[in-house]
Amino acid sequence: MAYSEKVIDHYNNPRNVGTLNKDSKFVGTGLVGAPECGDVMRLQIEVGEDNVITDAKFKTFGCGSAIASSSLATEWLKGKTIDEALSIDNMDIVEELALPPVKIHCSVLAEDAIKSAINDYRVKNGLEAIVLEKSHH
Amino acid sequence: MKQPIYLDNNATTPLDPRVLEAMLPYFTEKFGNAASRNHAFGWVAEEGVDYAREQVAKLIGCTDKEIIFTSGATEADNLAIKGVFEMYREKGNHIITAVTEHKAVLDTCKHLEKNGARVTYLGVKEDGLIDLAELEAAMTPETILVSIMYGNNEIGVIQPIREISAIAHKHGALFMTDATQAVGKIPVDVNADGIDLMAFSAHKMYGPKGVGALYVRRKNPRVKVTSQMDGGGHERGMRSGTLNVPGIVGLGKACELCRLEMDSEAKRLSGLRDRLESTLNKMEESYVNGNTEHRLPHVANISFKYVEGEGLMMAMSDLAVSSGSACTSASLEPSYVLKSLGLSDDLAHSSIRYGLGRFTTEEDIDHAIEITQKAVNHLRELSPLWEMFKEGIDLSKIEWAEH
Repeated sequence: MAYSEKVIDHYNNPRNVGTLNKDSKFVGTGLVGAPECGDVMRLQIEVGEDNVITDAKFKTFGCGSAIASSSLATEWLKGKTIDEALSIDNMDIVEELALPPVKIHCSVLAEDAIKSAINDYRVKNGLEAIVLEKSHH
Repeated sequence: MKQPIYLDNNATTPLDPRVLEAMLPYFTEKFGNAASRNHAFGWVAEEGVDYAREQVAKLIGCTDKEIIFTSGATEADNLAIKGVFEMYREKGNHIITAVTEHKAVLDTCKHLEKNGARVTYLGVKEDGLIDLAELEAAMTPETILVSIMYGNNEIGVIQPIREISAIAHKHGALFMTDATQAVGKIPVDVNADGIDLMAFSAHKMYGPKGVGALYVRRKNPRVKVTSQMDGGGHERGMRSGTLNVPGIVGLGKACELCRLEMDSEAKRLSGLRDRLESTLNKMEESYVNGNTEHRLPHVANISFKYVEGEGLMMAMSDLAVSSGSACTSASLEPSYVLKSLGLSDDLAHSSIRYGLGRFTTEEDIDHAIEITQKAVNHLRELSPLWEMFKEGIDLSKIEWAEH
């Protein structure tokens, strides 16, 4: 299967690889997927004043499309408010990276990772977790 | 150096130029139909086929009358298993095979189950070999066929063929083997090994695609299969269809070259394979899959824990290998062969198969080692699982959100 140029670019030059301090109350961590399924994404956000995401980092175990999806997600998250971040839809990632149908689950996982990171941040700061629509994948 | 480096010789091999040379006249001036009995064009083609039949027979130690040419190993597997089932139906309906067989055997057995066959699928031990006591226990008076592959395509383990055929014969059953990965690579002798039927293919031994053969024993016992392709009664009635003369000539030449070069080539390949494997196995958290003692000389299957196979192959674009991960398949299921060894899904997802071949050089292997090490290290830097492992977190204790 041929990968799109954008997937290859993110794969070869992943943006924002790394780890934020998961114990900090300004940091939200989302860990989604399972090793048995061949995909695990960890996505972290650091939230500053006015609910603006000041930093985002990821690490992903998975195929090229999974790595590219999470790399792209961190790029998009930086500078967005939490509300804006919540509106990122997996199909935006599919479109941007030109993912084929068999790789759509990678984008779904990235969307789940974003929401899970936001919820972790919310819970840490005494807010209620947002009820996530259970995506079908 | 040629890029990318081809290390997927279990999938297919390049045609040896000497084989091509032998085939070429049979496309043009020697184009006749080997079944045309009344003119020189037919005779010349028939001579080519007869000579090839002898070359093939010599490699596996049988007579030329015991070779049925087919379109490949898949067809030969189908012909053997379905043909035996239909021919010996009155004697019994039970077939024994193993879970690590190629799909050409497994799916043929599944098909027969719908037509009244009872099939036992033996499991394998951690090293990929079947348990002989389990085979013995599975034999019944209704067992007509035991079908166990010679060398496995994914991990290269060689089953104890002689012991298996002895057990089959003791209970009055025939023994069939899919020897696609073994014929031409290691000594295979149908008499010494007690083989009654054997499927193999040209393109795994530097011959052309689209041609293979089924060995069918003619003496002690005389084995019969019903044809699965009806028509002009070619191949002693067992496989109708105009013979693929250039392909058959290519298979013959490929067999001859393998026979003449086998000893030195097997030594050379196992030397290169061992170097590749031992170097990569020194990397932290890497695991060699399958029995390393009873094994084909040209195969290594290694799992690099905490990296995913498909992602790893993408980082190794200068290397043509294959992975037990199947992120692209609809099921997302990793290799059933690796899973049947008891490998956890994550290790199966992390596996890479290296298949060396006649045209693999020392330089290729050194380069493959370097590319693999670099790619594994790169992906581990990206892997949250690697980070957790390094922090001493027990990954099996984490509740993963399965998706």
